[in-house]
Amino acid sequence: MPILGYIASPQSGAKQKLLQELNALQYCEAFPADNVDILILVTDTPDKETEEKLQVQLKGIKSLESLSMTFGYNDELHKGERNDNEA
Amino acid sequence: MTMKLDRRSFIKSAAATSAIATAASLFPGVSFANWKKLEGATGMISWQKAPCRFCGTGCGVLVGVSGDRAVAVKGDPNCSVNKGLCCVKGYHSVQALYGKDRLTKAKVRKNGEMVEVPIAEALDVIAAKMKETIDKHGKDSVAMYGSGQWTIPDGYVASKLFKGCIGTNNLEANARLCMASAVTGFMTSFGLDEPMGCYEDIEHANVFVTWGNNMAEMHPVLFSRMLAARKRKTNVEVIDFATRTTRTSQAADKTIIFKPQTDLAVANAICYEIIRNNWVNQDFVNKHVSFHKGLTNIGYGVEDHFKFKDKAEGISFEEFETFLKDYTPERVEKISGVSANDIRYLASVYGDPKKKVTSFWCMGMNQHTRGTWINNLVYNIHLLVGKISTPGNSPFSLTGQPSACGTVREVGTLTHKLPHGVVMKEGARKMAAEIWDVPLSNIDPKPTYHTVEMFRALDRGDIKFMWIQVTNPMVTMPKLKRYRDGALKEDRFVVVSDVYPTPTTDVADVILPAAMWVEQEGMFGNSERRTQHFDQIVPPPGEAMSDTWQLIEVARRLGYEKQFPWDEDEYIGKIWEEYRRFHDSPKHNMAPYKVLKARSGVQWPFVNGKETRWRFNSKHDPACTSGEDFHFYGKKDNRAWIWARPYEPAAESPDQEYNFWLNTGRVVEHWHTGSMTRRVPVLHNAVPSAYVEINPDDAADLGVVNGEMVKIISRRGEITMPASINGRGVPPRGMVFVPFFDESYLINEVTLDAFCPISKQPDYKKCAVRLEKA
Ligand code: SF4
Repeated sequence: MPILGYIASPQSGAKQKLLQELNALQYCEAFPADNVDILILVTDTPDKETEEKLQVQLKGIKSLESLSMTFGYNDELHKGERNDNEA
Repeated sequence: MTMKLDRRSFIKSAAATSAIATAASLFPGVSFANWKKLEGATGMISWQKAPCRFCGTGCGVLVGVSGDRAVAVKGDPNCSVNKGLCCVKGYHSVQALYGKDRLTKAKVRKNGEMVEVPIAEALDVIAAKMKETIDKHGKDSVAMYGSGQWTIPDGYVASKLFKGCIGTNNLEANARLCMASAVTGFMTSFGLDEPMGCYEDIEHANVFVTWGNNMAEMHPVLFSRMLAARKRKTNVEVIDFATRTTRTSQAADKTIIFKPQTDLAVANAICYEIIRNNWVNQDFVNKHVSFHKGLTNIGYGVEDHFKFKDKAEGISFEEFETFLKDYTPERVEKISGVSANDIRYLASVYGDPKKKVTSFWCMGMNQHTRGTWINNLVYNIHLLVGKISTPGNSPFSLTGQPSACGTVREVGTLTHKLPHGVVMKEGARKMAAEIWDVPLSNIDPKPTYHTVEMFRALDRGDIKFMWIQVTNPMVTMPKLKRYRDGALKEDRFVVVSDVYPTPTTDVADVILPAAMWVEQEGMFGNSERRTQHFDQIVPPPGEAMSDTWQLIEVARRLGYEKQFPWDEDEYIGKIWEEYRRFHDSPKHNMAPYKVLKARSGVQWPFVNGKETRWRFNSKHDPACTSGEDFHFYGKKDNRAWIWARPYEPAAESPDQEYNFWLNTGRVVEHWHTGSMTRRVPVLHNAVPSAYVEINPDDAADLGVVNGEMVKIISRRGEITMPASINGRGVPPRGMVFVPFFDESYLINEVTLDAFCPISKQPDYKKCAVRLEKA
């Protein structure tokens, strides 16, 4: 069940459109920077299969120029860890 | 179910904050003021304001709370400090509340073992031990050591208990290690503490000179504001005046490297050039400045019981000019390594009447055996050209900790201070005795120990009992071994209040679990005279208790119920209103409690409902009464003081045997000793351990490659740690730099406990070491 954080860059002039398109996708939450043409995207998918499907959907978004991942978390990998910070 | 939703929303917020932090490092000045999405997504998060606790910038944050847990942070768009922006520490700050080894229970040493006890029992033990120690050894055998991360009420009740009730001036705080030279600099130059300007100067200045200050890492949000101002306008320049290249250098327009300690000589050379070129603002100087000199060859305080008192003597402008003749750019080039041309360039920047100049500094100038002097000398420059107390013209001493100003400097939690004035002055003692409702004779007119001397007294046995709150001296004291051994001696009793186990809790006889940050109500005071209130937003874990309330509980057990009468649900407001009485004048008026609660920070002097942004400027400051454009009312002569202060060498400089300078400091990801930030996975993983930065040529000479172990040896001790070559900072040849956040590499085993004789602040930036490949 991965949760991923990204910086999303829109195609020129397409920030608003990208925001709408990302927020329209299931498992995605996006919000814009006020003064720079970037968005923050957080995805939260229930399993590997859904995650892979979402990746394909994201690649298909025309208003999206690039995505850079800044955060990755996977329940499977973190099983058994006792850091309270993640509980 | 709730737990599960909390957990996912928490991780999602971590994902978002991590992305925001990365964006902030890529796009300085980027803001996400409309970050409401998370709120909508979970439907469970409410947001409450607080100041960030991870540096002295004082960014306003909004803490997102789900149930009784803080799950997210965003910048507070209503806070003028950061306007919605945060740095990587700020965005991850709530995670520091939830490390798995949080202290939640009190512990008391019984038969050599630390045993968990109910907190009430631990408080009984503390009160009994204090009483017994005072009865046996006198009131000056007990001491309190606090912090610039204390809330204002924490420091206030500590002062009232120790100075007012017990009657000892054995009260110090770790801000002595970070801000004391700034205080003595302000006091000697202006007669009043804290900056005359405010962060808004950043939007007005054309030139920024950072004096030994890696702002990009230490005050990242202000640095972003500065870069954003440069981007917006065409005529803004950043000059990095430093002893090593850092992230600040990477962003600066120009970097000028000087040899450690020679900032004194360069500052004098700048004044020499300003006078030689007739760039002096004669009108300003004639009306508002007087000239002075003090004692020279003032020592370094490395011996116990060191004493020094400066003696000011008035001099004329001509005498000042003659004094500066030793500081021609050519001569100073030889001392400092800064080319005469660069010195002239710096002088021309300050001297150009069309340019507004802001100087920023922090630990580089304060942790300096001539810290007071270098503060004076930078003021000299600004005063000579009249670039002060006006928007954009600002000599600006940045503070390191969230409330070094609010708690330590304003409340006065230092041995010689009271909330208003100093213990030596009868008027100040009378005021305190009256407000505290204690006999005047309780307040001792003689200061006792400043921090280094206080730990020496603990080692010697003059102090037998010490209570330490919100700080980690067993990592931060210079020449650490002596002070650790002292704390561990047989008949010493050490109480430590903290949120996580640290090397300081390791030497404790009693450990009290403390409430952290927004687990309690409180106030901080930041670098720009801004007081910031925060409510208790989440409950503290287990039996953890606010430091203020711990002190009140002990005070009551010692019989001071009358002085500490407050109820637990309203004590912070009551304490604030009592404390405010100390500052009831247009020079320092503080905002009422209800105003503080409502706003994202309020600047003092707060007069007739208005904040004061530029002090000493009669257009902005209602305390100016001279009828002139400026009024430096802190000094009796109503003038700002220019000081003739010479260059004198460091306490210990490299020689044949110990041939490197050792410089120590911080990194952006970690807060001070790392006891909180190292428990935040994203921050810990970014910089998991300390290292020694070595110049690539020196590393080649030593035969060391990146990551290989290097032994650093001084006359005090040694430490072995991995080398960092061409990392984020690069020292010049002959210098190494080590960050102090990592308790597994205690660099202070190696440092020297020399200090500025006026401020008593130790110099963590300069001592001599040699290196060996390990
Ligand atoms: S710059 Fe300082 S106050 Fe602001 S978010 Fe970062 S650590 Fe907190």
